[in-house]
Amino acid sequence: MAKQLMKGNEAIVKGAILAGCRGFYGYPITPANEIAEAAAYFMPLSGGVFLQAESEVAAINMVYGASSAGIRAMTASSGPGISLMSEGLSYLAGAELPCVVVDISRGGPGLGNIAPEQSDYFQVVKGGGHGCYRGLVLAPASAQEMADLTRLAFDLADHYRNPVIVLADGITGQMMEPVEFKGEPALPPAPEWSVTGTAETRGNLVSSICLEPDDLERHVRKLEAKYKRAEAAEVRFENWRADDAEIVLVGYGIVGRILKSVVEQLRGFGMNIGLIRPITLYPFPAAELHRLAYHARQFLVVEMSTGQMIEDVRLALNGLAPVEFFGRCGGNVPAAEEIAAVVRRLQAGSHPEHRLETELDEVALHG
Amino acid sequence: MKPGAGRGLVEINVEECKGCGLCTDACIPKVLRLSASLNRYGYHPVEYEGRGCSGCGLCFVVCPEPGALRVLKLAA
Amino acid sequence: MANYTTVHEKSPVFYPEYERKSEARGQTHYCPGCGHGIAHKLLAQAIDDLGIQDRTILVSPVGCSVFAYYYFDTGNIQAAHGRAPAVASAVKRARPGSIVISYQGDGDLAAIGSAEILHAANRGENITVLFVNNAIYGMTGGQMAPTTLLGHKSTTTPFGRNAVNDGYPLRVAETLSVLDGPVYIERVALGNAKQILQAGRAVRRALENQVKGLGFSLVEILSPCPTIWKLDAHQAQQHVREGLSSVFKPGVYCDRTKEAVPRPEPKPGPALTGIPRILGIELNEGASAAPVAAASVDLRIRIAGFGGQGVLMLGQVLAEAGMDAGLDVSWLPSYGPEMRSGTSNCHVRISSRPVDSPLVTRPAVLLALNEPSLRKFISSVEPGGLVMYNGREVPGDCRRPDVDLLARPFTEIADELGEPRAGNIVMLGALLRRIEGIPDASVDRALARVVKTQRWLEIDRKAIARGREVCHVS
Repeated sequence: MAKQLMKGNEAIVKGAILAGCRGFYGYPITPANEIAEAAAYFMPLSGGVFLQAESEVAAINMVYGASSAGIRAMTASSGPGISLMSEGLSYLAGAELPCVVVDISRGGPGLGNIAPEQSDYFQVVKGGGHGCYRGLVLAPASAQEMADLTRLAFDLADHYRNPVIVLADGITGQMMEPVEFKGEPALPPAPEWSVTGTAETRGNLVSSICLEPDDLERHVRKLEAKYKRAEAAEVRFENWRADDAEIVLVGYGIVGRILKSVVEQLRGFGMNIGLIRPITLYPFPAAELHRLAYHARQFLVVEMSTGQMIEDVRLALNGLAPVEFFGRCGGNVPAAEEIAAVVRRLQAGSHPEHRLETELDEVALHG
Repeated sequence: MKPGAGRGLVEINVEECKGCGLCTDACIPKVLRLSASLNRYGYHPVEYEGRGCSGCGLCFVVCPEPGALRVLKLAA
Repeated sequence: MANYTTVHEKSPVFYPEYERKSEARGQTHYCPGCGHGIAHKLLAQAIDDLGIQDRTILVSPVGCSVFAYYYFDTGNIQAAHGRAPAVASAVKRARPGSIVISYQGDGDLAAIGSAEILHAANRGENITVLFVNNAIYGMTGGQMAPTTLLGHKSTTTPFGRNAVNDGYPLRVAETLSVLDGPVYIERVALGNAKQILQAGRAVRRALENQVKGLGFSLVEILSPCPTIWKLDAHQAQQHVREGLSSVFKPGVYCDRTKEAVPRPEPKPGPALTGIPRILGIELNEGASAAPVAAASVDLRIRIAGFGGQGVLMLGQVLAEAGMDAGLDVSWLPSYGPEMRSGTSNCHVRISSRPVDSPLVTRPAVLLALNEPSLRKFISSVEPGGLVMYNGREVPGDCRRPDVDLLARPFTEIADELGEPRAGNIVMLGALLRRIEGIPDASVDRALARVVKTQRWLEIDRKAIARGREVCHVS
């Protein structure tokens, strides 16, 4: 039984513990609760700490403390909680502390609803907190990737000494799929910079303060160089039949899965269509999109939002090819048939309609 | 500073003293006073009159600077 | 000189020189007469006395003492404004052998960090908090603090603190003492040498409690701020003794150190080789096995009903069975509040190729466990699809000539078996007659994995058999 049927949210916790994570600090929020619940069960059994914080503000600062003390630490939340964690993320990045934060995004703004949306892209990919920092962002599209990318996230976080965010949505968190785990369980030693309460680490300091402008500029430039290295080394994406495509669909996470189904349907009708599914949202697969723009006639970005990642696609293409957008929001998930209809209209030369009411008035998960 | 008459002795690190005067208040034999001269940072540092210190250490207790004062006592 | 011995000198817990400062490395950055320096000395003395310098981790706050790490030759972590107790809690739990101190001012602890301190105290975290209360925001230039006295003029209470507008001075020691978590809370003052000596004893006790593993200790230290109070050092001390101390009474507010039970030494975690077993997984060290299936299968199933009919469980058994048969599968539930009442539905895909989209928006199979679900989803079923309905007959306005409709009172049939809640599994039995690609043995193993008790497993096996029969007699 190497493969097990498992919820994406549970796969995250198991992947994290296999990666050597021994600290989880969380606050309840739908649709991320299964992560904290699984952590509450498995962390103590694995010799780790689970602590339910008084708020997301406290939770991210507990992550800050645990990471300072040299253990692999994480938290998980959804958009409203990530808003509260933005302060802590800035401090973690400023103090160059590794950590993993999972965002199982839901509908916003404000309280919004608990249905899946991809409207946290700006918040998560473009920063959220103050100052010149970036978070590395991984976007899983399956329960298997929830496990694999969480494990990768810990390695990247340690390598770059920076927060890594796993950005998924309610669907990917809630659905069950077969998952298999590879690689021996890890438990990396405390990094040499950490503060562990020993004679060897007594001189260590974790801080994000650089009082003098020259010091701060040097520090920010160091972070910048780190992000440039990540941009060169860590881009990940799935190219599904896009190399010869006239129309390239772009979508991440669960939308990437739906778009794959659209590609298969329309290829069946002889349409020359493909998909780029960014797996890293930062660093963004800009070079790959740019490369495809020399062959592709048209790009269509599909998101469960009113259009956020599309800004990165436009920057990547830099005017080389037209970019259209189709999005659903509010917790509505675009159906493959709905997107296929948009693509057909696009091919026929008309623009996709941005509709609130569609003939397929499908509320995929609710009602 | 040379040891003067008295059971105790106060050594003052002139460059760490900020001249707040709390030690002069606390000193029971009243043998500490603020100097007329200024230190590098522009404070009037405390100075020991050179005699009469009991070595009680209250000046050290109230001093906010970790290393401005050192108190010694005559070995029994 | 030889017959003089040192009785008081700079603690070795302070760095000999403050190299983290950019200038004036011989003295602190605090103003003349500031209480922070005194509090620092008391803390350093206690750390030295207890011999815990190597183990100590000081968490410094935002405020005038933000730079405590300039001075203390200990492990140092600088925290965001108000968050030091959360940071310290996690540090202590990650490194139980360390001695963790959260050093905070009044704005930090009693205003922006009021939630963090309350909950760290209430959890009884085995940490030590030094709360330096000078009743003003010093670092930012003299704004009202939560502990500012009534009538006091600050830059944000230019007419004096007014209870109607600004509320009352917050009594932290008293407030936290009503909690069950803390073992020791004392308020001390730095108003003269006698008070400072008492403060030193309290700081030492608070640290000693942690060394003994007794739990949460906090010392509130009433402290002079001559610069912002616009007093000289002497007058500021007097204000601590007479002004602050009259509102914030020094004393022991909580002392459970005698009855507190020392925390046990943390046990080492399990061996890494045991982790997969703990997680209930088997590591796959070979190449990923591609789904192996005899025939081409692509089942797109939507299951819907009301909460409690076993909609999600039915889907899960199907997905487990598909996976057992070597197929790729996905199971996607509706989630959230409607799980607790009202409708419930799930999407199941079972395919001999990798499943692309887990959403089933055009189902080939609809299992409708009640009428509202049938009405809701019947139009989405693809032509030629199969619809199973839990009822004697399909309502006239729900009929579709282009789909295969099967209506059976599955719940009633389950009722005859003695368990109406097995209606979903009777329906599964019926479905298995109509679809191909999922062997009986796979379904049985799936049931064994999903169903938690032997009693239910037996009921469900009967239900499947009965379902096959009722389908057959159609």
